[in-house]
Amino acid sequence: MIFTHRKLFINLAVCILCIGVSAIFPLAAAADIKFFDLTNPSLRKMPLAIPVLKAMTPVEAERERTALVADEVSKMLNFTGYFKILERKSYLYDAHKSGITEKELNFGNWTVIGAEFLITGGVQVVGNKLTLDLLLFDPFKQKRLIGKRYHGQIADQNRILRRFCSEVMEAITGWPGMFGSRLAFVSTASGHKEIYTCDYDGTNIKQITKKKNITTFPSWSADGRYMAYTSFVNGPSQIFLREMKGGSETNLTFEGVQIEPAWHPKRFEISATMSMGEDQEIYMLTGGGKIIKKLTNSRGIDVSASWSPNGKQFAYVSNRSGSPQIYIMDVASGRTNRVTYEGKYNTQPSWAPKGDKIAYSSMEGGEIDIFVISVQGKKTIQLTRNSADNEAPSWSPDGSLIAFSSNREGRSRIYVMTAYGTDQRRLVTMDGDQTQPKWSPNFPH
Amino acid sequence: MRKNFWVFFAMMMMILPAMIFTVSCAKKAVEADSEFEEPIEEIAEEPVEEPETGISDEELMAQQRREDELRRKEMEFSSEDVYFEFDSSTLQSSAQRILTDKADYMIAKPEIGVTIEGHCDERGTEAYNMALGERRADSAKSFIVNMGVDDSRVNIISYGEEKPMDTGGDEEAWAKNRRAHFEVE
Repeated sequence: MIFTHRKLFINLAVCILCIGVSAIFPLAAAADIKFFDLTNPSLRKMPLAIPVLKAMTPVEAERERTALVADEVSKMLNFTGYFKILERKSYLYDAHKSGITEKELNFGNWTVIGAEFLITGGVQVVGNKLTLDLLLFDPFKQKRLIGKRYHGQIADQNRILRRFCSEVMEAITGWPGMFGSRLAFVSTASGHKEIYTCDYDGTNIKQITKKKNITTFPSWSADGRYMAYTSFVNGPSQIFLREMKGGSETNLTFEGVQIEPAWHPKRFEISATMSMGEDQEIYMLTGGGKIIKKLTNSRGIDVSASWSPNGKQFAYVSNRSGSPQIYIMDVASGRTNRVTYEGKYNTQPSWAPKGDKIAYSSMEGGEIDIFVISVQGKKTIQLTRNSADNEAPSWSPDGSLIAFSSNREGRSRIYVMTAYGTDQRRLVTMDGDQTQPKWSPNFPH
Repeated sequence: MRKNFWVFFAMMMMILPAMIFTVSCAKKAVEADSEFEEPIEEIAEEPVEEPETGISDEELMAQQRREDELRRKEMEFSSEDVYFEFDSSTLQSSAQRILTDKADYMIAKPEIGVTIEGHCDERGTEAYNMALGERRADSAKSFIVNMGVDDSRVNIISYGEEKPMDTGGDEEAWAKNRRAHFEVE
């Protein structure tokens, strides 16, 4: 072990999912860290340098990974849309000559190329065991923000890197990154609308339902162990509650339409719109599907609940004013506030993970676009424009990205953009139409 | 000369029912907004009246007309949809006319049950449209139940924007998709 001679070596003895992690140095006190607010629209991309890693032993199995790991970390952090990865040929650095710790680094070589962040690392391979040292620095402050050693199997490499990248985001923004998250969405690839999932970056697509009928509106439970959706497989639209691991399901058999379930963020409870033969209202149900209470009670449609992160309020769509608009209800007091006033068709609210904003879609002049508004109903920002319909926004668990569907290239596809609308790109590549993306909570790596 | 007569006769046979058809349509158009109950009773009761006194030409024609109309209502029952304005489940006068015919038919045919499907065009968003589709189906149901169709004979289902009639992306297609469709069970 290379760092065992260091006095400050602290083994955190953390072993989650078989990846071991050690802190090479204790981290700086949280109080000195100033975080970047990624939802600040004037934020420019942060210049980040990620040189080729150091082969520690060095053996061939390490040498072939030095560039590979650096490339993978670059790709993952670049995905966030918040970094400008500096070109490697501009680096005045060779990991084998200079080393990877702050004692060995010359920060001047990094500040001269404008690198506000620097990631160095070392790779060690013994048999099928992989050890990665990964460090994050602020070269201008000459300060290390992360220094960790990850132990695992060679096959764990991707999981280790996802975990490290989530930690990088946490060190810089104060919120763990979304690299451990997945997305659920609806695709007609099989000829029917079915629920699928994929990793945060659109890879690793899995088909969840095989109902051979219209199945839509996926919702992840807060712990990711359950998913709910609406399916017409039994005739009318019914809500299904699915245990993800075993795939067992229960479905609700209440009379009338059942639409768009939304798991509560804190309790094993779920809300859904049902009519019960009367008006379409939002109900609260247990995780097993028993009605707890009727949440809304107004003439007309009440639909599409999206919970606030603390679970005390929810945003929803109501047409009580004559057109669909976004409202917020406080569950304890039952008080409602109208949030949107501009436009005649505002639907699909998605409450941001930080609690301060709501993304929604608005139809104007025949096109649907995505907007963000503060929960007080102020500061409306338009995120998409002039690109056909853009619908169904869903925040990443760290609030840095928004997934949505768009038919800008003809068929409806899943896209992703930063929280302030930049770096819009297609996320999922598969046959058919893809709609209704729902970002999962962060899962442990 | 004789040939001409038969041609004339054949033409009359074609025109007459068509005239009857237009007359009955026009009559319905006037009635639609006011009273719905009367024409139903006419259909149900009149054939039983005075069976032994022989049937005059006038009565024969009236009976023929009623039969034609019932046949038309039968044909139109599942083929003719009720249409709605964008983001609305309000029944327009044309929709009320169509629903009056459907109610007449259901009252004349007490053995049938129906599922009313509510549909929307693609323009709105999916969850809201699924709710709106149910309100459309429910508007149609309430109308025919008010006209005397038994509540238990009518189911409703909403497909939202999931099953468009016309996949074209223009107002003509959208108008066709904003509908309540009657499906005999």
